[in-house]
Amino acid sequence: MDRIEFHVNGKRVGVAVDPDTPLLYVLRNDLGLKGTRAGCVEGQCMSCTVLIDGRAVTACMEPVSAVAGRKIETVESLVDGGTRHPLVESFIKEQAGQCGYCLAGILMRAKALMAAKPSPTRDDIVTALDGHLCRCGAHARMIRAIEQAASVGSVAP
Amino acid sequence: MTAIASSPSLTDNPNCRDWIDIARDETVVLKSGKVEIGQGIATALIQIAADELDVAPDRVRLISGHTALGPLEAGTSSSLSVETGGRAVRLAASAVRALLLAEAAKLLQAPAEALSVEDGRIVVSGRATDLTYWSLAPAVDLAAPVMDHARPKAPSERRLVGTSMPRVDLAAKAAGAGFIHDIELEGMLHGRVLDPPARDRRLVTFDEDALRRSFPGVQLVRDGSFVGVIAEREEVAVRAIAAAQRLATWTAGAPVPADLRAAIAVDSSTPEEIVVKGDVDAAEGRRIATEVERPYIAHASVAPSCAIAAWRDGALEVYSHSQGVHDLRTALAMVLGVESAKVVVIHAPGAGTYGHSGQDDVAYEAALLARAMPGRPVRLLWSRFADFSLAPTGPGMIVNAEAKVGSDGRIASMRIQSVCQSQVFRPGRGGTANLIAAERLTDPFPKGVPVDPPLARGGGGERNAIPLYAIPNIHVSKRILRDLPYRTSALRALGGYTNVFALETLMDDIAAEIGVDPVALRIANLEDKRAAAVVQKAADMAGWPGPRVPGTGFGIGFCQYKNRSAYCAVVARVVCDERVRLTHAWAAVDAGEAINPDGIINQIEGGIIQSASWTLKERVALDGDAIATRDWEGYPILRFSEVPEVEVAVIARPEAPPLGVGEAATGPTAAAIGNAVRAALGVRVRALPITRDAIVAAMG
Repeated sequence: MDRIEFHVNGKRVGVAVDPDTPLLYVLRNDLGLKGTRAGCVEGQCMSCTVLIDGRAVTACMEPVSAVAGRKIETVESLVDGGTRHPLVESFIKEQAGQCGYCLAGILMRAKALMAAKPSPTRDDIVTALDGHLCRCGAHARMIRAIEQAASVGSVAP
Repeated sequence: MTAIASSPSLTDNPNCRDWIDIARDETVVLKSGKVEIGQGIATALIQIAADELDVAPDRVRLISGHTALGPLEAGTSSSLSVETGGRAVRLAASAVRALLLAEAAKLLQAPAEALSVEDGRIVVSGRATDLTYWSLAPAVDLAAPVMDHARPKAPSERRLVGTSMPRVDLAAKAAGAGFIHDIELEGMLHGRVLDPPARDRRLVTFDEDALRRSFPGVQLVRDGSFVGVIAEREEVAVRAIAAAQRLATWTAGAPVPADLRAAIAVDSSTPEEIVVKGDVDAAEGRRIATEVERPYIAHASVAPSCAIAAWRDGALEVYSHSQGVHDLRTALAMVLGVESAKVVVIHAPGAGTYGHSGQDDVAYEAALLARAMPGRPVRLLWSRFADFSLAPTGPGMIVNAEAKVGSDGRIASMRIQSVCQSQVFRPGRGGTANLIAAERLTDPFPKGVPVDPPLARGGGGERNAIPLYAIPNIHVSKRILRDLPYRTSALRALGGYTNVFALETLMDDIAAEIGVDPVALRIANLEDKRAAAVVQKAADMAGWPGPRVPGTGFGIGFCQYKNRSAYCAVVARVVCDERVRLTHAWAAVDAGEAINPDGIINQIEGGIIQSASWTLKERVALDGDAIATRDWEGYPILRFSEVPEVEVAVIARPEAPPLGVGEAATGPTAAAIGNAVRAALGVRVRALPITRDAIVAAMG
């Protein structure tokens, strides 16, 4: 098996796995980044959303061969040492979650949104998140948290 | 001094050390059988313990749902975790504090009343001493009975309880950690299991050799129609099971009545009287009746069920997100043929659960796989299909409700009959394992006969069927269907969702019939002042009755969950255009003493949104004996663009016992939406979900 190299959260990594292996499993099992969540593993719930070159993508549907040479960001990138990304801070402040399983994907989607549009409207947020499923009903808190993170202004790149 | 009320959780765990250890590292270990399922119980329990002990909450380490280390407590269900589990923690923590203070008083030669505690340090008359819980602990025997020493603080002395302390687990979860799915044990293997198309189907052919040829490195486990694969790599297990699925043929399903009504007509069950008060037949008045129906509903937790099991020297250790680790241990021992002493179940959080879904089944199946690989932990993740189709569903239900209203406008009688399959059939209870894979082994275990819980335990089918309104003549019965093949069990609020929908629909129909405002009718018939207060509060929040705008309607729904837990009233505002949109919901809740007000608000908000999703969108697809729903495309739930604005008011009653709140909003929300749709369109939709098609059908 050829080694497939790419960047995850700013670090260069390489794995020697079947090139068809979904990125989801490589992140979780080979790279130990367990924050990316397996939900339906059919591209329907968006739990496993990560950023690939800044674009939000479901890691369950992406073969690892497709990310060779590209830059991936996972939820782990939002907590760097003791420093939390403003999105994480605002989710905690708003207690925006119940079980919390959908949060990783939603946070990554929100990060992509704010990179594209630093001051998103409520409609922008709702539209961006509409493919993400939350079963506990914490939606309103998450929308509030993203609005708040955006209003902080000093959003990390 | 009045006697201190105990807790049922103390019955099997009467001693202080069953609940609390004073650890050496200046922490306190709190042990509970109640587990975190996204409802915030870990935080509430820590608040209660820290408050009674006078220690900072971050000194409290919680062990929850551990069969070897924690108390033998009933599972996390029925919104009882604060009422009973929290009560036990409060009593135990207060007893531990009293025991430690007694030792300090002895050493300091000071009366115990002169002592206080600041973050575990003993203080005499405002002066800190050298003594701490941790220095005192070696001399104090925590084998003492809780009830001999419990002295819980007066409500006015509580500091942490009653505050919205942030969830202890949420920061980690927002950073992508903290789930059972993330546990990585040394040498862990990955398993997947074959999904039968329905519960009662069995393998006809399965080409094991072909599978072995294609996947030489994969371990195949087979016992009858239970088939699993184990691989070093997860994606290999996934590919192998997909191949196995293609190599399997299954028996056909037995014929099943076309729908619930057809099933009821031929079912062998009979109605059971639950409450008979006065004489509904003799009551006089204008008859007003309704019949409502709910379809089968899926738990639809966002994560597939997961477990990790390992066998070592004939003993089994399982990580599970079960809501009842002790019952699961009993069930596992039963079907695995080992003593329960050889089984340890350790809870780790999954995604939100709302009752009995696949969490126990997957633990058993992981154990079956791991038995083939002694010494190696096996992690099993269920498929999305299994979680929709093989896990229990919330049963479909039909409720008939009729009232007689006297010429004085008083409600003279109500008769309610609830018909459904069993609402609760959890693993390990009543001598039956009730783990689905055990039914398809070569030597299968019997399915068991589901027994719907009695009213004394909150009821199943009849939960919340007994009106809280002051009505002189009441007849409540239930009929638990026996012959349908679907696997049903606990889903948030059990029968309470549909019963409240029925009762509160009927209340609105009565209001319309006699020309009285729906809120006024409810308040006039509620003798319980706390009940009337939440109805009034929700109405006030919503600006009841709201402006009259075509296509827009306001509706109200109310219940006291189980007629004994939290009171909750919800007002819904809907706009009906091309579809029904729930734009706003206002809720008032009285949960007695609010341990964590924001936790209550979060549960009510979530309960409203989940119930709105059930009420407006959800229906499990049945196809003969099979549950045909297999994925999210076939089971849409409420999305971000569809969720309402929600406002929740908690009526504070710090002197009153805390009341379970997690399931209180589901029934009132359904009723409020149905009543709002009627207000908007003049159409009564009695068959859920309230879709555009259902409205068109109701108009016809």
